[in-house]
Amino acid sequence: MALLSIRGLKVHFQTELGVNQAVDGVSLDVEPGRTLGIVGESGCGKSVTALSVMRLVPCPPGRIVSGEILWNDRDVLKLPEKELPEFRGREVAMIFQDPMTSLNPVFTIERLMCEVIVRRFGVGKVEARKRALAALTTVGIPDPETRLGSYPHELSGGMKQRILIAMALLCEPKLLIADEPTTALDVTIQKQILHLMKDLQQKNKMALLLITHDIGVIAETCDDVAVMYAGRVVECASVHALFSHNRHPYTRGLFNSVPKRGLSKETPLPSIEGSVPSLLNPPKGCRFAPRCFRRQDRCTVDDPQLLPVADKHTVACHFPLEDPA
Amino acid sequence: MSAPLLDVRNVLKRYPVRGGVFGRTRGEVHAVEDVSFTLAKGETLGLVGESGCGKSTLGRTIIRLEEANSGGVNFDGEDLLALSRKELFERRRHLQMIFQDPYSSLNPRMTLGEIVREPLAIHRIGNRKQQLEEVTMLLEKVGMKPEMIDRYPHEFSGGQRQRIGIARALALRPRLVIADEPMSALDVSVQAQVLNLMVSLQRELDLTYLFISHDLTVVEYISDTIAVMYLGRIVETGPKRAVFDAPAHPYTRALIDAAPVRDPRLRGASHPIRGETPSPINPPPGCAFHPRCPFAIDRCKEAIPPLEAHDSPGHRVACIRREEIAGELKRPAVVSASP
Repeated sequence: MALLSIRGLKVHFQTELGVNQAVDGVSLDVEPGRTLGIVGESGCGKSVTALSVMRLVPCPPGRIVSGEILWNDRDVLKLPEKELPEFRGREVAMIFQDPMTSLNPVFTIERLMCEVIVRRFGVGKVEARKRALAALTTVGIPDPETRLGSYPHELSGGMKQRILIAMALLCEPKLLIADEPTTALDVTIQKQILHLMKDLQQKNKMALLLITHDIGVIAETCDDVAVMYAGRVVECASVHALFSHNRHPYTRGLFNSVPKRGLSKETPLPSIEGSVPSLLNPPKGCRFAPRCFRRQDRCTVDDPQLLPVADKHTVACHFPLEDPA
Repeated sequence: MSAPLLDVRNVLKRYPVRGGVFGRTRGEVHAVEDVSFTLAKGETLGLVGESGCGKSTLGRTIIRLEEANSGGVNFDGEDLLALSRKELFERRRHLQMIFQDPYSSLNPRMTLGEIVREPLAIHRIGNRKQQLEEVTMLLEKVGMKPEMIDRYPHEFSGGQRQRIGIARALALRPRLVIADEPMSALDVSVQAQVLNLMVSLQRELDLTYLFISHDLTVVEYISDTIAVMYLGRIVETGPKRAVFDAPAHPYTRALIDAAPVRDPRLRGASHPIRGETPSPINPPPGCAFHPRCPFAIDRCKEAIPPLEAHDSPGHRVACIRREEIAGELKRPAVVSASP
């Protein structure tokens, strides 16, 4: 049974120019202990989907139009306000893209961490400090004693992201949501952080929902993948199936537009024409249709549904590509 | 081989760090340290490295948006660093820059037409009518419709804005284009369009590119030669295939290993290197990479290793152990686990 089950989620935003249909009918399952990756380009709705799980979508201007988010048979979207602090952190924790702005700059790391520990476990200051030290050691912070006394601005981006991971895991959540956790970091540091997250995931037997625009990060970390485009899931499969047998023209286009190792400029890159549509006035039918090389009349009229094409592999396309295998 | 179009010699750029009540200089940021390279006409040099390695400062120093402390930049037989302001203005026609952020590098109060025409107006090339014809031609070249000419930057997507930035850079028909992270603000599907555009324009207009990026896949695709920077210095340089297929500096190896592999079957083939980039205010003695290097020995701390010739022609490496460790660097999983 899925740990987290998102069913038909629709989140719209009221803007000066009209209603932005940021997330428009998203369904996803996160299995216990596994890693689900959501991949897509900017504005595809991947972050809003994650924020909805945490009940962090600002309303207004946001509005959850319909759908449910099931956690232990309860709908997260209907949880009373006073149960939210317990749900966030203890059940599900989240880390964000920008470690530079996620930590309050006026407090030391000790104060930031101990506050969480004291509130959650009701222990004394000495014990809280001990646990904070242990948590910093787990995430590989060199010289944790000194670091407890540091302010966020004294730390590098990689170090801050380690501390945020340590803080997210303090309450031993069953699901960690990581929204572009390494996008602001250098590649050598990104590799360290991804390793650390996978390592801690196994130790804590935790599920991971990883949001990224980088299909390389997906390949290195995920078990299952959902590809999003313009507010909808267009393909969902295991990571191996998605990399070797992807069937949606957008998925194929996205994968092909990243230069492969060994390729050089003598060979033009296959690219997707045009750009992402505005979600204020999205195209009718399949939202990818205006850019799709396989487009037919039906695509601009009928919404394609996510339908199975193989075991645990679903595609939302009227004319999916042939299986290359 | 003919003389290179660009010949950079021992460029040094340091920024003073001021602090305290009287704003005294407390130290210096060693941004670019004794960097030399050449770039042949019609070729692309990919300058790679992580944030703070000095790659952008180097690019800006060449075009004199920053003044170097010492060194020389020979462009087509003339030292750019020795030119007066007036002479520099003239020469700038031939060197243009494409910036990273297509959102902040276009004036929001100017229309697309004005943005692309501005360089022509500043350099007084042709009359207004000729300039407008040129703008139309440029827009078509970069794949924009001429009827968009009266629109403002906010009406365009990131990819379209980067096309506008490219059109502006090409307006003066430069010979050298310095592109500073031109892809990093763009979505992947749009990156491919802009990369293809840059490649076809290079062929058509016989352009030379200095392509600055942190993204190895993009650099590998577009470049002919590669220079890898770490903490202000070039640690390895050479023809693309030599650097990517037989990296000889442990940092280059680590950088290649760190780039995520787009194949889930190859997961876990290599381990991350330990530690983080040290501060450029107080770089480690000797080889700046030694605190993170799995092959470091005591001798690495003693002197800064010079860039010396390695195996194939043009391949140069700044590592005193390059011969001994060559065998180990060939395997992908060489680098020790994180702390």
